[in-house]
Amino acid sequence: MSGAALLQVDGLTRRFGGLVAVDGVSFAVGEGEILGLLGPNGSGKTTVLNLISGALRHDAGQVALAGEAIHGLPPHRVARRGIARTFQLVRPLGSLTCRENVAAALAFGRRRVFGTGAAAEIEALLDRVGLGGRGDALPEALTYIDQKRLELARALALGPRLLLLDEWLAGLNPTELRQGIELVAALRAQGMAILMVEHVMDAIRSLCDRCVVMNAGRVIAQGTVEAALADPEVVRAYLGDDDA
Amino acid sequence: MRRGAVIVAIAALALGLLAFVPWIADGYQLSLAIGILNYAVLATAWTLFSGPTRYVSLATVAFFGIGAYTVAVLGEVLAWPVVLLIALGTGSVVALVVGFATLRLSGVYFVIFTFGLAELIRQVVTWFEVNVTRTLGRYVFVDISQEQIYWQLLGLTALVFGAGYAIRRSRLGLALRVIGDDEVVARHLGIGTTAAKVALFTFSAGFMTLCGAIMAPRWTYIDPAIAFNPVVSFQVLIMALLGGAHRLYGPLLGVIPLTLLFEFLLARFPNHFSILIGLAFMAIVYAIPRGITGLVEQASARLRRGAAP
Ligand SMILES: Nc1ncnc2c1ncn2[C@@H]1O[C@H](COP(=O)(O)OP(=O)(O)OP(=O)(O)O)[C@@H](O)[C@H]1O
Ligand SMILES: [Mg+2]
Repeated sequence: MSGAALLQVDGLTRRFGGLVAVDGVSFAVGEGEILGLLGPNGSGKTTVLNLISGALRHDAGQVALAGEAIHGLPPHRVARRGIARTFQLVRPLGSLTCRENVAAALAFGRRRVFGTGAAAEIEALLDRVGLGGRGDALPEALTYIDQKRLELARALALGPRLLLLDEWLAGLNPTELRQGIELVAALRAQGMAILMVEHVMDAIRSLCDRCVVMNAGRVIAQGTVEAALADPEVVRAYLGDDDA
Repeated sequence: MRRGAVIVAIAALALGLLAFVPWIADGYQLSLAIGILNYAVLATAWTLFSGPTRYVSLATVAFFGIGAYTVAVLGEVLAWPVVLLIALGTGSVVALVVGFATLRLSGVYFVIFTFGLAELIRQVVTWFEVNVTRTLGRYVFVDISQEQIYWQLLGLTALVFGAGYAIRRSRLGLALRVIGDDEVVARHLGIGTTAAKVALFTFSAGFMTLCGAIMAPRWTYIDPAIAFNPVVSFQVLIMALLGGAHRLYGPLLGVIPLTLLFEFLLARFPNHFSILIGLAFMAIVYAIPRGITGLVEQASARLRRGAAP
């Protein structure tokens, strides 16, 4: 990582009743970097993404995008600042066509392009994720991976500086997984910074520059993928989780 | 853009023809036509907001009543256009305040709140009239003929349809469709959901208020029970649902048959009117959940499938 971080997270904390789902989490994502966010089920990864994107209010800590504080902002302001996300369980807009799904993000995100001027760009975004020609289809007519692609196109339409992916590669067959990894790699090649929650090891190893490992709300290791996964505490967290 | 031009041409033609109604209709027919236009404005305005967002509002009569009362209070002392402007302003301000207070509520809470709001406003007006002005009813002295009421309502109908058409093609219209589909996603796509909902709620309420103001001179006497009659809110809801709230012209398809039906029921069974409306409501929701427009779309889809080899 070089220069100032694009995203800086410091001491981020969130409680649900007595449960501390995110407990003093700190890390940074550099420009053009892919940072993996790993950890066993229930360790707080999705909650971290929800806190960064404004879906949830934080109890303590700070989040800054390019040096400007964004914690406490409502989700639509965070989106307009340049953070786009996908959802762990896909959430396409079911009553809108694929084209309209993308058009909505283009109209209200950082770009604010609407109407006839947006048409070419919408087609380009659909093409880019492999949904060329499916613009008129409703999301229910798409396969699971295509719905995930649609969500990615929608996120990219916001014109983000940082992309949050929540298990975007989960549930794909080997061929789809390879295509998915290529797509993310292509995004990085164009300079997109990505924070990705992921369980698929192949994807983590081939895509992530560094990773952060969480367990029970805390960061237990961070660094290169090799080093973090070799950390004794990480090994214990994953084995302990398997025993349970 | 061709299709847009055709729609505008048809609408303009229909409007031109409808403008002649007062010259050919007798008194009873004109009064029916006024009733239809009244509900056409209310149900279409209701759909502007509730159609895309799927927030069911029962506050229709609150705004209608505010419009009617503005006329009852100021109709004699100020010029008519000024009275309309003041009504519009009052209704919009109330809608803004109510919108910011309630549009964070979702689902059934919103329905109940809007119903309560209409009742609350009625009670406040009643209290004010009894304790402050010491009159329960008011005579509406405005020199406006039935024909003029008809033409004003026709103009307002054209406006509400024009506005609905424009909104549907605007960024705001897209925002509301996204909100109606998934509000969480809407926020993450950069849509200020509260602002969008309040804007459209206010806009829709403005039309309802104007409608009440224009209708007021029809009654020579009004009191809070007449101006804020909750049955009106329910009727508008039934009409919009029967027609189909997902299309701009949908409510109109519900308004015409139901205005005639309600007119008939009110004349024949004045004492059982509320019960019959309730039954009609249940039958409609049960039998045609997607409304007449939904039926039409289904039928045309079936025809198209049948025609294809
Ligand atoms: N809205 C909520 N209300 C109450 N508890 C919550 C809420 N969201 C998450 N939690 C709890 O916080 C903890 C962390 O959940 P989170 O979804 O962040 O885990 P995760 O790391 O994303 O897990 P997974 O890998 O299964 O997706 C869990 O114990 C979960 O039950
Ligand atoms: Mg998760």
